[in-house]
Amino acid sequence: MKFVSLLRFATLLAVSPALHAAEPIKIGEIASLTGKEAAFGQSSHKGTVLAVEQLNAVGGVLGRPFELLSEDNQSKSGESATVARKLLSREKVVALLGEVASSRSLEMAPIAQRAKIPMISPSSTNPKVTEVGDYIFRVCFIDPFQGTVMAKFAKETLKARRVAVLTSVSSAYSVGLAKYFKERFLADGGEIALEQKFAEGDKDFKAQLTAVRAAGVDAIFVPGYYTEAALISRQARELGLALPLFGGDGWEAPQLIEIGGKAVEGTYYSTHYSPEDTAHAVQAFVAAFRARWNGETPDAMAALGYDSACVLADAIKRAGGTEGPALRDALAATKGFAGVTGTTNMDPARNASKSAVIVTIKDGQFKFVQSVAP
Amino acid sequence: MPPMPKAHLGFLLALVLGGVLSGLSDRIDPYHLDVLIGVGINIVLAVSLNLIAGHTGQFSLGHAGFMAIGAYATAAVTIFLGPHLIGDTAAPGGLAENTLFGSALLIGGLAAALAGLLVGIPSLRLRGDYLALVTLGFGEIIRVLLQNFEPLGGALGLNGIPAYTTVFWVVAAGAATVFTVGCLVRSNYGLGFLAVRDDEIAASAAGLDPARYKVVAFTVGAFFAGIAGGLFGHFKMTITPSGFDFSRSIEIVVMVILGGLGNTVGVILAAVLLTLLPEFLRPVAEYRLVLYSLLLIGLMLARPQGLFTFRTHRAVPRA
Repeated sequence: MKFVSLLRFATLLAVSPALHAAEPIKIGEIASLTGKEAAFGQSSHKGTVLAVEQLNAVGGVLGRPFELLSEDNQSKSGESATVARKLLSREKVVALLGEVASSRSLEMAPIAQRAKIPMISPSSTNPKVTEVGDYIFRVCFIDPFQGTVMAKFAKETLKARRVAVLTSVSSAYSVGLAKYFKERFLADGGEIALEQKFAEGDKDFKAQLTAVRAAGVDAIFVPGYYTEAALISRQARELGLALPLFGGDGWEAPQLIEIGGKAVEGTYYSTHYSPEDTAHAVQAFVAAFRARWNGETPDAMAALGYDSACVLADAIKRAGGTEGPALRDALAATKGFAGVTGTTNMDPARNASKSAVIVTIKDGQFKFVQSVAP
Repeated sequence: MPPMPKAHLGFLLALVLGGVLSGLSDRIDPYHLDVLIGVGINIVLAVSLNLIAGHTGQFSLGHAGFMAIGAYATAAVTIFLGPHLIGDTAAPGGLAENTLFGSALLIGGLAAALAGLLVGIPSLRLRGDYLALVTLGFGEIIRVLLQNFEPLGGALGLNGIPAYTTVFWVVAAGAATVFTVGCLVRSNYGLGFLAVRDDEIAASAAGLDPARYKVVAFTVGAFFAGIAGGLFGHFKMTITPSGFDFSRSIEIVVMVILGGLGNTVGVILAAVLLTLLPEFLRPVAEYRLVLYSLLLIGLMLARPQGLFTFRTHRAVPRA
């Protein structure tokens, strides 16, 4: 935890003296730095800060340094709209980066759209986010793709025919991902033997898991967040269920292993990138991130936060300026941008089409399994 | 001195002020406008809860639930019925649009009032902590129902709500709430609320019906909370069930307690203070909420009777 104002100061210090005369390009970032989803928000924020510092170290773009203005929304609804207005009207930012959670991205989006200022969500995977308007982009894949990837994975790699789905009904992310998974899995000839529901914050899943045990399935799909996923894995093992469990990018957090312990061994999830990827760009990013943030290993949110700032910088360079409409066109034309989370191509619906990574947990470590192209 | 004409005058002045501010709203910085509207909505919420918790003494932790009902009902009217009623060609900010929004707000308020009535009835048998638990449960039920109701967006919430809320609507709602609650409590009838708060048994012995007063307080309070919800939804353009959770209710309760239970002016000032404080604390980033909570604790220790309560007023207000 640190003062963002200090970070801003550090960001400015990183600017070489020759550029002092140039007016900085202001970028607004909105993240859940405190509150329920602070783990995601902090990761994403650290990635973005690193990207901006690196860009400034090489002189920024168009001879102008970047100035990152970060605002917290306490993971609360209603706050993102207020800070979006603040960044747009008070700070005159040229673009907005954020949010991790789809429901909060949906709050910022209409405001960015009205102001004709491009907004890039690093990791909101719900399809509705970019449907708000033509100024709204994202640098991650969307839930239909993730659902498809996991359905294929369940069928081809896990050889599962009958699957149980445990959905968190209090999260739009979970409901959406479950829906796309089911559609694809059924279309591929699989069978959804059982559907059970829970809510975020639940601690006891024995009732649902007992029903799963009775249904006699091959695998359990849990499209939720890491806390519940870890608890479900633990309780499944306690009930003697030795089935493979698998989920989506909501599982991605060190807390999954901290809470799940041995029970999450052999579980799988899909995500945006793996720090184990041997690609040069990934390894350089991991090393830089560790050096900047006390040896912390960057997770997918950090990598996407990093990429969101880099995609924006690339678009500003190609647009030759920071005017809203020109920048929007440049962002929409993003093709073959090589980032940490793979190659980003903007599709006509302003979603990044890129490959997903499947990760498993082995000996208390996240292990890369395979990469699935779109 | 009869206070009624003064109250009417104040109400009219507030409407004029709202009109003027609304006319100038293009020149006000959007961020300041956002905070201003947030302040107004919180005043409506705090003053309406004050009728229930402060004047009538019924501790309610479900105010966000009423707000949610109002927000969803109002948004449902403008999203699903709006296009059929005024068509797509209505001028933005025109008469048709404002009439639609006004009626939608009224429907939202009435829907919330109905819920208030439903919560008010079981509260006849409960008091104190037990009532607090019932209202808490009610708020959670509303949230969970909305989360599971797909036609209204489910967990993702309702998006694409038209931005109808203007400064005028917020000021008008704030003025109407303060006016109604103020006049109600100062009226002969309204003395009954205070009597129920001070001593329920004595109130019944004096021939008052505490049950009726409680139900009226819940219904009227919920009505205005519903209006506040409608204004909130048409201002943020997105509403999610998780935005109306328990902590939202607590925020409103804190405003009422900090302002002083039953002290309308104090509650208004507290609503203003507690909305502006987090904005002023933005520069300290992650430490904002720690500082905010410390300030709250400090304020409560320094002024347990309410920040803005300077006289110990008992049941009988100045008539």
